[in-house]
Amino acid sequence: MTTMPLGVKTTAHSTGAAARATDLSKVYGEGETQVIALDSVSVEFRQAEFTAIMGPSGSGKSTLMHCMAGLDTISNGSARIGDVELTTLKDKKLTQLRRDKIGFIFQAFNLLPTLNALENITLPMDIAGRKADQAWLDQVVATVGLAGRLKHRPNQLSGGQQQRVAVARALAGQPEIIFADEPTGNLDSRSGAEVLGFLRNSVRELGQTIVMVTHDPVAAAYSDRVVFLADGRIVDELRNPTADSVLDRMKRFDAKGRTS
Amino acid sequence: MLRTALRNVLAHKARLLMTVLAVMLGVAFVAGTLVFTNTISDAYQKSSQKGFQGVDVAITPDKKDDDSANPGDAPRLSQQLLDQASKVPGADSAYGVVQGYSALADKKGDLIGGGFSNRGGNYYPGADGKDARYTMTEGRAPKATGEVALDSRTAERGHYKAGDSIRVSVNGPVRTEKVVGVFTTDDGNVAAGGTLALYDTATAQRLMGKPGQFDEIDVKAAAGTSQATLKSSIDKVLPEQAKADTAKKLAKDQAKAIEDGMSSLQTAMLVFAGIALFVGIFIIVNTFSMLVAQRTRELALMRAVGATRRQVTRSVLIEATVVGAIAAVVGLIAGVGIGAALRSVLNSTGAKVPDGPLVVAPTTVLVSVLVGVVVTVLSAWLPGRRAAKIPPVAAMNSVHSAPSTRGLVVRNTIGAILAAGGTALVVAGAGMGSDGQGPMSFGAVVLVIGVFVLTPLLSRPLIAAASPVLRIFGMPGKLARQNAVRNPRRTAATASALMVGLTLITGMTVIAGSMQKGIDKMAADGLKSDYVVSMGGTGGMPLSPEVSKTLAKLPDVTSISALRSSPARVAGDSDSLTGVDPKAIKDLVNVDFTEGSFAALGGTKALIDDKIADEHHWKVGSTIPVTYEDGRSGKLTVGGVFEGNQMIRGVMVDNATVTPHMATVADFQVMLKTKGGATENNKDLLKKTLGENPAIKIQNKQDTSDEIASAFTLMLNMLYGLLAMAVIVAVLGVINTLAMSVFERSKEIGMLRAIGLDRGGVKRMVRLESLVISLFGGVLGLGLGVFFGWAVGELIATELPSYELVLPWARMGLFLLMAAFVGAIAALWPARRASKLNMLAAIKAE
Repeated sequence: MTTMPLGVKTTAHSTGAAARATDLSKVYGEGETQVIALDSVSVEFRQAEFTAIMGPSGSGKSTLMHCMAGLDTISNGSARIGDVELTTLKDKKLTQLRRDKIGFIFQAFNLLPTLNALENITLPMDIAGRKADQAWLDQVVATVGLAGRLKHRPNQLSGGQQQRVAVARALAGQPEIIFADEPTGNLDSRSGAEVLGFLRNSVRELGQTIVMVTHDPVAAAYSDRVVFLADGRIVDELRNPTADSVLDRMKRFDAKGRTS
Repeated sequence: MLRTALRNVLAHKARLLMTVLAVMLGVAFVAGTLVFTNTISDAYQKSSQKGFQGVDVAITPDKKDDDSANPGDAPRLSQQLLDQASKVPGADSAYGVVQGYSALADKKGDLIGGGFSNRGGNYYPGADGKDARYTMTEGRAPKATGEVALDSRTAERGHYKAGDSIRVSVNGPVRTEKVVGVFTTDDGNVAAGGTLALYDTATAQRLMGKPGQFDEIDVKAAAGTSQATLKSSIDKVLPEQAKADTAKKLAKDQAKAIEDGMSSLQTAMLVFAGIALFVGIFIIVNTFSMLVAQRTRELALMRAVGATRRQVTRSVLIEATVVGAIAAVVGLIAGVGIGAALRSVLNSTGAKVPDGPLVVAPTTVLVSVLVGVVVTVLSAWLPGRRAAKIPPVAAMNSVHSAPSTRGLVVRNTIGAILAAGGTALVVAGAGMGSDGQGPMSFGAVVLVIGVFVLTPLLSRPLIAAASPVLRIFGMPGKLARQNAVRNPRRTAATASALMVGLTLITGMTVIAGSMQKGIDKMAADGLKSDYVVSMGGTGGMPLSPEVSKTLAKLPDVTSISALRSSPARVAGDSDSLTGVDPKAIKDLVNVDFTEGSFAALGGTKALIDDKIADEHHWKVGSTIPVTYEDGRSGKLTVGGVFEGNQMIRGVMVDNATVTPHMATVADFQVMLKTKGGATENNKDLLKKTLGENPAIKIQNKQDTSDEIASAFTLMLNMLYGLLAMAVIVAVLGVINTLAMSVFERSKEIGMLRAIGLDRGGVKRMVRLESLVISLFGGVLGLGLGVFFGWAVGELIATELPSYELVLPWARMGLFLLMAAFVGAIAALWPARRASKLNMLAAIKAE
C-alpha cells in the first residue's frame, strides 16, 4: 500500500494495537455452577487489520468479543481499547467509549425500524450530538452501495441491504475498532459475500480495524488473521487464511479434542 | 383449553399486573360506594328508630292543599290539643315539641357547627320530671327563662360545661343564657353533626313559636294499646289542619327518606366508579391485544394442530375471566376498606355518622365481582376475536405481520363521520335552548366515540407538532416521538383513557367557572346596597324585625329596607309576596323596568316581574286578585313591570301592606346602604350594633361573591376528588403501555445501549415517549372539555342571562401540567427498567 487511505487517523499506524486483552478472564456463576468462559486470554488486535475469532460453540469467542467491546464486564485481567483500560470505566464513560471509538455489527442487523437507512447510519453520531463528516459519509455510503436507498426504511430493504446499512453505521463514525458478531449469520451466501467484501475493503482501503466473530471458515477467509479459541483459551492463530486452511485447522482441533 | 389459559395467566403475571390493578381500582370504587352507603344508611335507620322510642303516635300540623285554606302554613298545635290527646282512651302520656333555629356562639364568639343545622328545642318533663328524648349527663334540665341545656358534642366543641354563660341567637337579637346542663340524644340532626339547644317549654315557645303552641305532639300509648288503636282515638280529637301518624309509619317514612337520600348519593358515586371502570377498559384492551400479538405463533400453532377459531377466542376469554375474577375479589376487599375509610373521613369532617357495623351486603359482593369479570371479559372480546383470525400458516412464518393500514382507513372514515355528526348535534343542541339537552347529550356521546375511533389518526399530526420541542432533547427526543406513533392504536387507547378524565375535569371547570361568574355578575349588577344582613346557617332562617329597626336608627345608615316573604295566592296560583320598604328599595336594588318605576310602589300598588306580567297579560293599571297568608282576600294594582332575575322576581309590595297578614313577622334579609360605602369600619359598626351576633351574616358584595365562589370551589373539589380515580386508572394505562413498549423493544434498546446511548438517554427516551402520549391525551381532553363546556353553557345561558363563557386558562394550563406530571410519574418504573436492561441478553434475544 503506497497511499494513505482516506479517513484513517494519521496517528494510527498499522503496527500499533487498536485493542488488547491481557490475562483476560470471564467467569459466570459461583461455586459448583461456575463456568469459566475465558481463561486468562491475552490477545492483541492490530490497527488496520481484519481479525476473525473462530472456535466451536461455547469456546468463548463471543464472550471475548463482548468483553473487549465493553458490552460485558470482566472478571479478571485487563482489556484495552487503544490506551483506555475498560475495567476502570464506569457505565457512563464506557457508553461514551462505545459510542465514539467502537463500531458494532450484529448478526440480526439491529436497525431501528422507525428510522430510514441514512438516519440509522448516522445514529451513533446523532446520539453523540455530533455532525457526520459528509465527505466520509458519502464515501462510506458509496462503498456499501446504498446511495439509492438512503430514504428507505429497514422493512423496505432486503436482509443483505439491511446488513450493509449496519456496516455503514459502524464505519460512519470512524471508530478505532469495529466488532462484528456473526455478521453473515442471517444472510444468504451471496449477500454474505458482499458484506464480507465490504468489511475487507474497509480494512484494505480505508484502514479500518475490524474484529469479527464467526464459525464460518469461508467468512474467516476474508480476514488477515484468524484467532482460534477453544474452552476459553486461545489455541492457535493463522495468518492470511483461506477457507481450506481454516477448515483444515478446525479439523485438527476437532481430532485433537476427540483423542485427548 | 382451560389449562392453557391458566398457564398463560401465570406466565404473564407481570404484564397483567396493570390490568389487574385497573380493574381492581374500578371494582374497589364500586364496592366502596356500596359498602359506604349501605353502612351509613343502616346506621341512620337504626338511630332514627331509636329516636321514636317512647313515641307511639305523633300529631303534626298538616297543610291542606286546596284553595279553601289559607295560603300560609297550617297553624301550630295548641295546648288544648295536647291536653285532649293525653286523655284519649289508650293514651298514657303526651308531650309537646317545640323546635326552631338556635345559633350558639363558642367562647370566641364564632358560630358552633356552622354549615350544619343549628337547632333549638324544648325540654318537656313528663310525670317523672324527665323528658325521655334527652338524657342529662351533666347538670340539670332547663326550667326557666335564661337557662339552656346543650347536647354533649356541642358542649364539647364550644368547651362549655354546666354553669358557663353562653351567647345564643334565635332570630336576631343576642341573648346571654346560662348553661345548666348537658345531655345526650338520639336526635337525627345531632347525630348528623348539628347542634341542639334546649329551653324550658315556655321559653322555647316564646323564642321559636308562639306561647302555648307546639310544632308536634307525641303521644305514648298505655300498656296494651296498639299504635293503630291509639291513632284512631286521637284522630277523633284532631283539628282540621293536623294529622296523626303512628310511630311505625313515621319510622318507615324516615327510613325511606334516608334510603332515598342515600341512593341518590350512591348513584352519583357509582357514576364516577363507572367512569373509572370505563377508563380501565382501554388498558384491558391494550394488554390483551399485546398478549395476542406476542402469541401469534403460539395461537397459530394451536390452530394448526386443530383448535377451532372459537376455541382460540375462548382461550383468550377464559384468561380474561381469570384475570377479572382475581382483580374483582381483590377490589372487593379493597372496597370494604374504602367504605370503612370513607366513614372515618366523614366523621373527621364533623358530621358524626351514628355508630354501626360495616354492612357488606350480598348484593355488594355479587355486583362487585360481576362488574369486574364482565368488564374484563367484554374488553378482551375484541382482542380475542382478532386472535381467532390468525391463520394457521402464521405458525410457520417468523415475521410478525404488521398491523394493516387498511383497517385504519375504514376506522378513520367511521370516526370522521361519528365525530362530525356528534359535533353537529352538539352545536345544534346548543342553539336550541332548553330543548337542546337531548340532542346535545346524544351528540356528545357520538362525538366522544368518534374521537376514540379517530385518535390513532390524530396521534400522528398532533405528536408531530411536538417535535420542535422534542428536538431539544436530541436523539432520545426524536426516538421518543417516533416510538409514540409506532403503534397508533395502542397510543390512542392509552391517550383516550387520560382524555376521558381530562374532558370531564375541564368541562366541569369551564361550566362551574362560567356559572360562578354569571351568578356573581347577577348579584353585583342587581345589588346597589352596601350590605345584606341575613341569618346564617342553612336555609333562609327568619330574622327578627328588631334587627332592621335597630340598624335603621344608626346615623350612618342612609338607606335600609327589610325584605319579607309571605306566602299568598296570586290570581289563584300559589306564590309569595315580597315585602320591601318602598322609599328605600330603589337605592338598594337595581332592576330594569319595562313599564313604570319604583316610584309607583306603595299601598296596594305592586311591582311585578315580566314573566308574571306576560303570563297574565297584566300591564300598569291591571288589577291583581290576591289571597294573603291569613286567608283574607285583597286587590293589588300593577304599578310597574320589571325584568325579573334570580335575585328579585315575582310580586313586590310595600312591607306595610303585607305585614298585617303575616302569622309571624320576620325578615329574610335586610339591605342597607351606609355613609362611605362598604368599609371595614362600617361593617364593624353594624356588627357591634347587632351585639356581635354569631348567627347573623353581614355581607358586602365581595363577601357575597366570595361565598358564591367558595360554594363552587367546594363543589369542584369534590368532583375533582371523584374524578381522580379515573385519572389514576389512566396513569396505570400509561405505565402499562410503556412497560409493553420497553418489553417489545428490548432488542432495540439493547442495540442503542451498545452503540452508545447511555442509561440517562434511554431513560429520557422512555420518559419523553410517556410525556408525549400523556400530553396528547391531555390536549384532546382539554379541547373536548372546552367544547362541551361551551355547549352546556349555551343551555345554561337561557336560564341565567348573565352567564358568560369564562375559559379558565390558568386551570387549563394546570391540567396540561398535570397530564405531563402523569406522564412523568408513569414513566418512572418503565424508564428504570429500560435503562437497567441487560444489553447482551436484549441483543441476543430472538
